[in-house]
Amino acid sequence: MLSLSNVNAGYGTFQALFDCTLEVNAGEAVAVIGPNGAGKTTLMRVISGLIPARGGRMDMEGRDLVATPPHRIVDLGIAHVPENRRLFPRMSVEDNLRMGAFVPSARAAFSRRLEFVYDLFPRMKERRHQLAGTLSGGEQQMCAIGRALMSEPKLLLLDEPSAGLAPVIVQRIFELVRVIREQGLTVLIVEQNVQQVLRVVDRAYVLEAGSIRMSGAAEELAASDEIRRLYMGL
Amino acid sequence: MGRIDTRVWLIVIAAGLFVCLAYVPAIIREGDLGFAVSDVFLYEAMINGLLLGGVLALLSLGLNLIFGVVDVVWICYAEIVMLGMYGIYYLHSFYGVPLLIAMPAGILLTAIIGYAVHELVIRHLLDSAPINQLLATGGLLFFFQSVATLAFGIDFRNLGVSLGSFPLTEDIYISWSRLAAFIVAAACVAGLYLFLTRTFMGTAIRAISQDREIMTLMGAAQGRLYLISSAIGGGLAGLAACLLVLQYDVHPFVGLSFGPITFMICVLGGLGNMVGGFIAAFILSELIALGGYHFDLEWGYVFAFAFFIAMMFVRPEGIMGRRS
Ligand SMILES: Nc1ncnc2c1ncn2[C@@H]1O[C@H](COP(=O)(O)OP(=O)(O)O)[C@@H](O)[C@H]1O
Ligand SMILES: [Mg+2]
Repeated sequence: MLSLSNVNAGYGTFQALFDCTLEVNAGEAVAVIGPNGAGKTTLMRVISGLIPARGGRMDMEGRDLVATPPHRIVDLGIAHVPENRRLFPRMSVEDNLRMGAFVPSARAAFSRRLEFVYDLFPRMKERRHQLAGTLSGGEQQMCAIGRALMSEPKLLLLDEPSAGLAPVIVQRIFELVRVIREQGLTVLIVEQNVQQVLRVVDRAYVLEAGSIRMSGAAEELAASDEIRRLYMGL
Repeated sequence: MGRIDTRVWLIVIAAGLFVCLAYVPAIIREGDLGFAVSDVFLYEAMINGLLLGGVLALLSLGLNLIFGVVDVVWICYAEIVMLGMYGIYYLHSFYGVPLLIAMPAGILLTAIIGYAVHELVIRHLLDSAPINQLLATGGLLFFFQSVATLAFGIDFRNLGVSLGSFPLTEDIYISWSRLAAFIVAAACVAGLYLFLTRTFMGTAIRAISQDREIMTLMGAAQGRLYLISSAIGGGLAGLAACLLVLQYDVHPFVGLSFGPITFMICVLGGLGNMVGGFIAAFILSELIALGGYHFDLEWGYVFAFAFFIAMMFVRPEGIMGRRS
């Protein structure tokens, strides 16, 4: 579904990604793990067009992502839940969700999508008139995921959805990843919670200093001594 | 919720200051509270301050809208109002177009100017340093002044339309054009509020002013929302021109008489915060009116500017602004 080959990217003169090659198949859940500053967020941002790729190829279902203007990426079925959630803090939950359905195709299906999201997160329905900035961390994450789902995406990019949340809520977020997969969505997720994320994905890539160092099936990586030592503190 | 508390306090303090400014000078002068309280001219000054506040609120709204969305302060905003005033003046006085047609045409003209300012200048500077953006819009200010001087000369021109005034009480006369300006400005503020809160496009404009990058993720072409906001902001300048051309002479430098105060209102309210700008417009207009009543008109402005500077120490982020 999504394929990257030899993608480079950076900020100014600083190069953050070096020849990244990665593949996500339809229906899969794939994780990207790696230490802080490895370039995981940069990778997500390149895919959704927020920063340009400097060379390399990126395709979504055979369509060239590099040549697609940033605001058209969502039309290709990619929705990005950014790091730190990035809700519109002074707008209601429902207005946040409304903006998630910005593209014409989603706007036409707004009420159906809204019902879908409210079914998935009944809490969001209760809070629909509340300002997003006043929600708890877990609720904000639900709202951010809900907003991304409004566009009826095929591929969901999740950047550290569990960051800064209490352990009970973290558990719920990972359960949610399972539920989202059952809905037929493909998921690419960045996580620091390596042990937990490897239980909900099929495969994972290990990103270090901007390069992909390792990749494999989730169970294999979870069993690997190196991963256990470096990322699970075992 | 400490933030709410400070706002409540600020309003209480502002109200207290207002009462002091209204009555204390009169008490000192006359040595008699009774006289001050029953001074009709004082109330006339207050009402005129209120009416002025409506137009200033409208002006600050347009500037705030553009700043909130595009993140660039249009220093030249009042000069767009000036061009709108000239447009209406020439259409009406020169070509004999009825005011009811000349005014919408003036609004259309400034909306187009707003659109053009963004498309031809600002768009190319979006990634530049803020100081360069400011200098560019400052340059536009002088450009518009020079163009107006070249095209229209430096004569003061007057529409020559007087709507007259009517007595509110036996002693207080209210000018129709000021009242009309206030009512139209208030209606526009309400209309813009409804547009921003009740329509999809308005919600998108609020969203982009809170997080522009995320709106790109949602599929919004930033450029289009910027252009829409710039055109609406320009149109609001034209609307203000309609109201001002009834009260003031037009000349190439007329923008200078309300440009700085508009900018101050926006900063005082919290740049980009329309509610804050709305409140600040009335605070400053009352300061100007009351200062002008007790002393001279010029003193009103001195008070307003002094208050502004003092507030920059007390609350640099503005009345409704958020600490970043
Ligand atoms: N806006 C930016 N400007 C300059 N450098 C940046 C910017 N954002 C991230 N970086 C740098 O890029 C590298 C990768 O960052 P990031 O993708 O955020 O890592 P991760 O998400 O894996 O923690 C880091 O060294 C970081 O300092
Ligand atoms: Mg990151």
